[in-house]
Amino acid sequence: MEKSLTWREFIITRLIQASGYSAILFVALIFFFLLREGLPALWEVKLSDLFAVRWYPIENHFGLLPLLTGSLIVTIGATLVAVPFGIGTAVYISEIAPRWMREILKPLVELLGGLPSVVLGFLGILLLSPFLRVFLDLPTGLTALAGSLLLGGIAVPTVVSVAEDALDAVPRAYREGAWALGATRWQTIWRVTLPAAKSGVLTAIMLGVGRAIGETMTVMMVTGNAPVLAIKLGSIFSPVRTMTATIAAEMGEVANGSTHYHVLFFIGMVLFLISLGVNIAASSVVFRAKKRAERILS
Amino acid sequence: MKLSINRHFMQRLGFTGITLMAVATVTPIIAVVIYILAQGLPAISTEFLTGFPHDGMRAGGILPAIVGTLYLTIGTAIFSVPLGIAAAIYLAEYASDTPLTRTIRIAIINLAGIPSVVYGLFGLGLFVLFLKFGTSIIAASLTLSIMTLPVIISTAEESLRSVPQGFRTVSISLGATRWQTIRRIVLKEALPGILTGVILGLERAAGETAPILFTGAAFFLPRLPNSPFDATMALPYHLFVISTQVPEMPIKIQYGTALVLLAFVLTMNLIATVIRSRARAKRQW
Repeated sequence: MEKSLTWREFIITRLIQASGYSAILFVALIFFFLLREGLPALWEVKLSDLFAVRWYPIENHFGLLPLLTGSLIVTIGATLVAVPFGIGTAVYISEIAPRWMREILKPLVELLGGLPSVVLGFLGILLLSPFLRVFLDLPTGLTALAGSLLLGGIAVPTVVSVAEDALDAVPRAYREGAWALGATRWQTIWRVTLPAAKSGVLTAIMLGVGRAIGETMTVMMVTGNAPVLAIKLGSIFSPVRTMTATIAAEMGEVANGSTHYHVLFFIGMVLFLISLGVNIAASSVVFRAKKRAERILS
Repeated sequence: MKLSINRHFMQRLGFTGITLMAVATVTPIIAVVIYILAQGLPAISTEFLTGFPHDGMRAGGILPAIVGTLYLTIGTAIFSVPLGIAAAIYLAEYASDTPLTRTIRIAIINLAGIPSVVYGLFGLGLFVLFLKFGTSIIAASLTLSIMTLPVIISTAEESLRSVPQGFRTVSISLGATRWQTIRRIVLKEALPGILTGVILGLERAAGETAPILFTGAAFFLPRLPNSPFDATMALPYHLFVISTQVPEMPIKIQYGTALVLLAFVLTMNLIATVIRSRARAKRQW
């Protein structure tokens, strides 16, 4: 009896431990399969062709620049939307809103995070892009701008929740100190609380950007899917095509093992590395800030 | 004196601005939900919910898509819930702060940040082609599971950690083993929090399209899938298909499909919120 119990306990403990390690295994597996299927692109397509401006796979033109700039312009646009609204909402929830308001707002923002991106894309096609076409007098409403606006909305919940956590973590004594010195609540928010939460807010922005770069369905549905170089300021008002949308739109139609297939995996590898970079940078900011706080407090 | 008026004026201006921003953020969310409800309700009928699509999907119901999403959500739960909770138990109860543990945490953060379409590529490479599962419910479920894992692990860990240390000390001092303590005391207390995280994770999986695009989603299926190795229709993919790929699609069916998908996701969201607030009200510690 005693013995069987210890044996069971031993096995369960091992299983739990293995589950803990599984996260590392999965990241490694994902990277391995992206490399395995994506790296052959490098010897099947000349490097100079990969950095060309023409993406036309049917005639073996695999220039990635239009897709890179497409992702870039949509992400910048989304960031310009998500950062002010996300941080504004976080400040409102954490510093200004009365308690009952907070209880309503937090689940609502969470709800936005849970809305399927395909639903937002659907409304983008039916409502937002016709509106933009008429309002801005464009030939088509399916533009980088439509993508940026919706993507901004998708990134907002991430920014709000991380930034709000950061603001909440600022000790109450900081605020009380500022009030005691005669600062108004607004001055306190602006000059004490926000600067104290700076690293957390920075993390919030980075994670929001990461969320925007990786979003697929919405951008595929509303940005018009035209792989043209988007480097002019006016490109925001024209159709573009992002890296994510390219994979989603074309992977279903390519032959396994073809050059086109390898290049799509190569794009996936680039996306993986970007998200890896963004997330490691974001978590190291938090880590450094924590250390500094510990130094000050001890 | 003038200075002080200025300061308070600035505060009023600032507060108004921030409040307006919060309102501008939240209003579209409510508007989207109400709009889809209003436009989609007329499409909802018994035939729509229990019938098969016909006439090139331009008429009939969406039963295969509803059932497919149900299957995918259940499949995702089967893989991700036990694994996610076990990993959370490891991090909260067993792991000490070693470089290995820190690597696990970084891995989890990265899993959470990987774009959903990249999960789709990975699922295609590993489950569909390498393990030869084909485009199937099982390949799609496994892909969605790995995507859901970080959500489940981090919420479950947080709720395990919030159980006071005293509970464990008492249980161990009464002669229980570590695992008995975790199973009978800690898990029981942390259950509502874990459940909330699980449902929120599955909610995301149910609404995702990109990871199932090349791992398990079927454009059109005239019957229900009859094994885990069958491809399946799914609500999000179906909405994508009928709103972009099918010409002359009746708008009513599009809104109806959007409403069913939204209802599916919102119900899960609501259940999670209710569990959380109930547990909070009942909590003694």
